[in-house]
Amino acid sequence: MSLTEYGLQQLTNALSIGSLYALMAIGLAMVFGILRLINFAHGDLMMVGSYSALGLIFIGLPYWAAIPAAVVVAALAGILMERVAYRPIRGAPDVAMLLTSFAVTIILENGAVMLVGARSRAFPIPDFLRTVYHLGNLTVASVNVVAIIATAVLLVLLTLFVTRTDIGISMRAAADDMMAAQLMGIPINRVIAAAFAIGSGLAGVAGLLWTVKVGKVDPYMGFFPVLKAFVAAVIGGFGTIPGAVVGGFVLGFLEITFQALLPGEWSAYRDALVFAILIIVLLVRPNGIVGARAREEI
Amino acid sequence: MLEVRDIDVYYGGIRALDGVSLDVAEGELVTLIGSNGAGKTTTLRTISGLLHPKRGSIVYDGAPIHTLSPYQIVQRGISHCPEGRHIFANLTVDDNLRLGAVQRRDRAAVRRDREWVYSLFPVLEQRLGQLGGTLSGGEQQMLAIGRALMSSSRLLLLDEPSLGLAPILVETIFAVLREIKASGRTILLVEQNAYLALEIADRGYVLETGRLILHDTAEALRANAEVERSYLGG
Repeated sequence: MSLTEYGLQQLTNALSIGSLYALMAIGLAMVFGILRLINFAHGDLMMVGSYSALGLIFIGLPYWAAIPAAVVVAALAGILMERVAYRPIRGAPDVAMLLTSFAVTIILENGAVMLVGARSRAFPIPDFLRTVYHLGNLTVASVNVVAIIATAVLLVLLTLFVTRTDIGISMRAAADDMMAAQLMGIPINRVIAAAFAIGSGLAGVAGLLWTVKVGKVDPYMGFFPVLKAFVAAVIGGFGTIPGAVVGGFVLGFLEITFQALLPGEWSAYRDALVFAILIIVLLVRPNGIVGARAREEI
Repeated sequence: MLEVRDIDVYYGGIRALDGVSLDVAEGELVTLIGSNGAGKTTTLRTISGLLHPKRGSIVYDGAPIHTLSPYQIVQRGISHCPEGRHIFANLTVDDNLRLGAVQRRDRAAVRRDREWVYSLFPVLEQRLGQLGGTLSGGEQQMLAIGRALMSSSRLLLLDEPSLGLAPILVETIFAVLREIKASGRTILLVEQNAYLALEIADRGYVLETGRLILHDTAEALRANAEVERSYLGG
């Protein structure tokens, strides 16, 4: 395998894992941008989406229908989460909101354990997602290709949404200045619900891609992805969508780079090294890679 | 048009307004003057629904509005240009103006109002693609007023439009306020510069530590010895 081929191979791996982090980080960033809430329960929406897909396939829905339906379920779960858990404490101190999100996580994960058990379950994977393409010496799993393409399409749609539509622009306005957004006559509750729906739908997509990759679902599957996505969002520039996307891909690239370059016996330290780099990034750019300007509060 | 009746407003446990009542009639320019912390901004925020009175009522066009949310109050035709401008710094000038009209569906009328805002503040038309945060202080104030005019409101609440601006810009802003009044809109103006405010207002109210202590025609207030001593620097 030539060096170019090796590089390309790692590039597709990095893009694929970076896509998942980016999709997850967007939802965290949207919600934080508007509400100053770090929603740790965001990871559990991956799990909600994947179990929904599993259930729908189990009752006989075809794959092409079960997947979009599961994404919709994740989006609805996000709306419900905001309505039940976060709206009543809106405006409370940040710590209270953070603790509430821990509570939501525990309730969702334990709820899943009670409903379906703690054991992981195999996820049926259709043949076209099992395929591995060989291009010369390159091997590319079709699920990685699907992940990259799906993320690219979703990012384009999301960009159009937040720059062209009233509700999308309102969302950015609410993140910029909540009081002014209210004074413009923007229905804040609707904007917040929309942010949760979109972020949660994207988490649902990320969850399904993850599930297809590893071939199983379990109630705690969202735990590590949400931590990674949180880190991605922070290094990108927390609270902005471009920051989340950039951070997601940067994290993906760092992980794959260390995986490729580190000798085998060091692999246990991979995450530690990645995080060390991220700390350096934050020391140099405290507002993240994209966040050039400090947020001014009056 | 607007009747504020005996409202008490609290921030947490602290009373910011104590039995404030005021009226604004259609087509009037009414000013609210008073020193820092007198409750001027609180009064405007209560009218626009950001705060709710613990006691008393606010009636607009014959219907009570003091329990409504800000967006419902915008729907009824009141817009509020807040102190400190509060433009959307990370949005373009164009999007800032667009959001001013976010509730309106009549595109032709929105376009007419945009042309009107451009005629009041020609500089905004040249800055459409720029981010709000990159504008100068004066331009941001123009954008804040322009944005508030984009909602087809009949009553405009203006909070400290001259604050922190160079004298020449203050003149520009006040000239525009006269034009807005001439267009038939009703204005409730909060202003630290009482001298200027009483120049263009029809009537004025004087607030002191959460209570109204005086109200009269602008002319009479200008001639009032106490107002002159406390607020006109006489």
